[in-house]
Amino acid sequence: MSPAIELIAINKSFGAVHANKDVNLSVARGTIHGIVGENGAGKSTLMSILYGFYEADSGEIRVNGKPIAIRSPDDAIQAGIGMVHQHFMLVEPLSVVENVMLGAEGGAMLRVGEAKVRAELARLAKDYGLEIDVDATVGDLSVGLQQRVEILKALYRGADILILDEPTAVLTPPEADALFGLLRSLKEQGKTVILITHKLREIMAITDRVSVMRRGEMVATVETADTSPPELAELMVGRRVLLRVEKAEKTPGAPLLEVDNLSVVDGRGVLRVASASFTVRAGEIVGIAGVAGNGQSELLEAIAGMRQPVLGSIRLEGQAIHSSEHNPHRMRQLGLLHVPEDRLRTGLVPAFPAFESAILGFSHEPHLGRGPILDHDRLVADLAKKMEQYDVRPPAPRLKSSKFSGGNQQKIVLAREIERNPKVLLVGQPTRGVDIGAIEFIHRRLIALRDAGVAILLVSVELDEIMNLSDRILTMCGGKITGERKASETNEQDLGLLMAGVVDEAA
Amino acid sequence: MSAPLDLPRWADTVLVPAISVVAAFLVAGLVVLAIGENPLTATRWLLQGSLGTGEGLGFTLFYMTDFIFVGLAVAVAYHAGLFNIGGEGQATLAGLGIALVLNNLTFLPGFLLIPLGILGAAAFGALWAAIPGYLQAKRGSHIVITTIMFNWLASVLIVYLLVNVLREPQSMNPETRAFPEQSYIPFMHDVFAAVGIEIPNSQLNLTLVLALAAAYFIWLLIYRSRLGYAIRVVGSNPSAAVYAGISPARIIIIAMVISGALAGGLAVNELMGYQHRLLLEFTSGYGFVGIAVALMGRAHPVGIILASLLFGILYQGGAELAFEQPAITRDMVVVIGGIIILFAGALDGLFRRLVAHLFARQKLARA
Repeated sequence: MSPAIELIAINKSFGAVHANKDVNLSVARGTIHGIVGENGAGKSTLMSILYGFYEADSGEIRVNGKPIAIRSPDDAIQAGIGMVHQHFMLVEPLSVVENVMLGAEGGAMLRVGEAKVRAELARLAKDYGLEIDVDATVGDLSVGLQQRVEILKALYRGADILILDEPTAVLTPPEADALFGLLRSLKEQGKTVILITHKLREIMAITDRVSVMRRGEMVATVETADTSPPELAELMVGRRVLLRVEKAEKTPGAPLLEVDNLSVVDGRGVLRVASASFTVRAGEIVGIAGVAGNGQSELLEAIAGMRQPVLGSIRLEGQAIHSSEHNPHRMRQLGLLHVPEDRLRTGLVPAFPAFESAILGFSHEPHLGRGPILDHDRLVADLAKKMEQYDVRPPAPRLKSSKFSGGNQQKIVLAREIERNPKVLLVGQPTRGVDIGAIEFIHRRLIALRDAGVAILLVSVELDEIMNLSDRILTMCGGKITGERKASETNEQDLGLLMAGVVDEAA
Repeated sequence: MSAPLDLPRWADTVLVPAISVVAAFLVAGLVVLAIGENPLTATRWLLQGSLGTGEGLGFTLFYMTDFIFVGLAVAVAYHAGLFNIGGEGQATLAGLGIALVLNNLTFLPGFLLIPLGILGAAAFGALWAAIPGYLQAKRGSHIVITTIMFNWLASVLIVYLLVNVLREPQSMNPETRAFPEQSYIPFMHDVFAAVGIEIPNSQLNLTLVLALAAAYFIWLLIYRSRLGYAIRVVGSNPSAAVYAGISPARIIIIAMVISGALAGGLAVNELMGYQHRLLLEFTSGYGFVGIAVALMGRAHPVGIILASLLFGILYQGGAELAFEQPAITRDMVVVIGGIIILFAGALDGLFRRLVAHLFARQKLARA
């Protein structure tokens, strides 16, 4: 039997970047095939070529043994390829039925098409256990169910081959388990699944075979049963990596950050953080585990002074912070520094040269210039030094911030904050979109800071990261802190229940 | 991910605008052809009239002075993420500021009166821009809408004042009495004559030097100062500004104040440098030309100076052209100017994309 998908000698360049170099890939029918690689390894480009977003510069695509040209997503859908994007392509105010119909209405009047969609959705629900309230408004559905709508959309359009791009990034562990169950049943029904992820645990749990990409090249394809996470990590990075950072037991010191009964309301008046109280001590990393969007972002922003809390207070080194001085500027002066969650939107200015991004938040510091004028030569020299310490590549302070890879951008942000000797450091998603090599580096730095007596509050949606780095773990769900654990005395299932709000110990 | 639109600096700042101008002239040439005139002759008159004679050059540089100020005004706001299209109104109010200062302080000597007049222009222009700035910053009223409204308010206000309040009692013209003579900014031909160099007479005056100094100062402000840094952070990434502890509301108001003050330069050149009285509609729509100038100059002072020169050539040469080839009326010249604005401003992305594509391809071929 010919493979479901064959990619032969695919090449694709963007300007000087050779994103795919002679990539070959063969995906057997009725299997779950994983593709792993660091950020920028070319996975997304390859899948975008397969789905018709980009056209390859050269190479051939075969579907079920037949060479075909895929110039647009329409061609891909015609060939039976469906894609579930990391960021959903759904219209939130519309219902499930309307979303599934979108682009496949079947005529000027909706009625006929709608009946067909309902019948087909009923059949899919029966065959694959894809149950869903078809009249629910998509915006009201949980993220896990929204993802299910995306899968239904693809199947409705007749997809035999389903590409999922980082599907678990937004899911709780139980939701991820449900997704894997669904993927297995799709496979049993003869569908082919391509799973793009950087979570090696998922690869091991669900795939039949796995292909590894590195710097635009396909470096290996192996049977999942014959490999191991360390081997895959080594293939991805091209050298040996430590997946776990070693850290010594340490008794935390005095409380440096005390958050008392903090409540935060967002711009639309929705309560995002509800009466959060906790303490972070010197030499301690407190991790906040939670599915994205459960108030962690707002909590960090409120502590940093970017949002005014509606209730509650914080204390730094025992000193109460009055609301009039609770702003980012003052908090920095008091030694509370902040590595924000979204480095492109918040942490730096993509259009600025790196040396200008490297003073974001500190441009008022007298030693950075003379009077009102900034000393560019000095800024460049300062950053050049930090780039060497933090191994930022390329070490080019005048390069535009947006031109660095995610990991290197993050190192620039980290260097900026860490080198100013924080007492308390807020860290949001330190390794999102960061390659494995840089993750190791960033984790070591954070541990070193902790050992030096800094109080660190860590927010991450990567449960592994939280469990790996934290001394204590708080879980958040729906804006509330639902539980607290010592990192040494918990596990994924335990945290998963707290994160999902099934168990709420604070209530 | 979209194809990267990164160009070498020279291509971004020189090549793309040059292509835009050439394309605009080609299309304008077609229009001239269509009305049965020879585009080559027309181009010759355009250049001859604006650059070919000393007098023409003087007028070209006089217009250029106007355009540098309004272009810089638009650019400063643009760096803060604001589209200030109220240059007309701000310059009009600046004219009022000049008249109030000069005609009330007639007893002062020139070396005091001239700076005070310029300050009056800056202050009134700044105030007229600060109000929309405040409304944007604190109330979220869109700056495009409010600055348009303020253009109308300014134009109605000035008519009222000139007809009912500021007009000289014996005069039938809606204009103030002449400013005191010591407040005139010297004409360039007089300045040169003082050092023994003969140049043809024109409206060109020392305000040009002020405009070039303003361009340098704005470059320093935007690209080198802490305040300019904050302005660019707000314009380029507002949530990063909040993170950095920079107040977007404060920066928006400051940027509009600077922008309005710069627009006042138009009034300085026209009134203190040439007309020597406040009169109706002295802004002649140049406030709007500033938008095209800033867009074409990529909001960079050097680009703005070059774009201002181009528009100066167009305005002065266009006037000559209308005179020499009556079939090409002033309206026709406005059409040609409009085509250039369209290509250089609105369709700028068209050629940028094309050029970026060619560069990428060339790079690939070399790799």
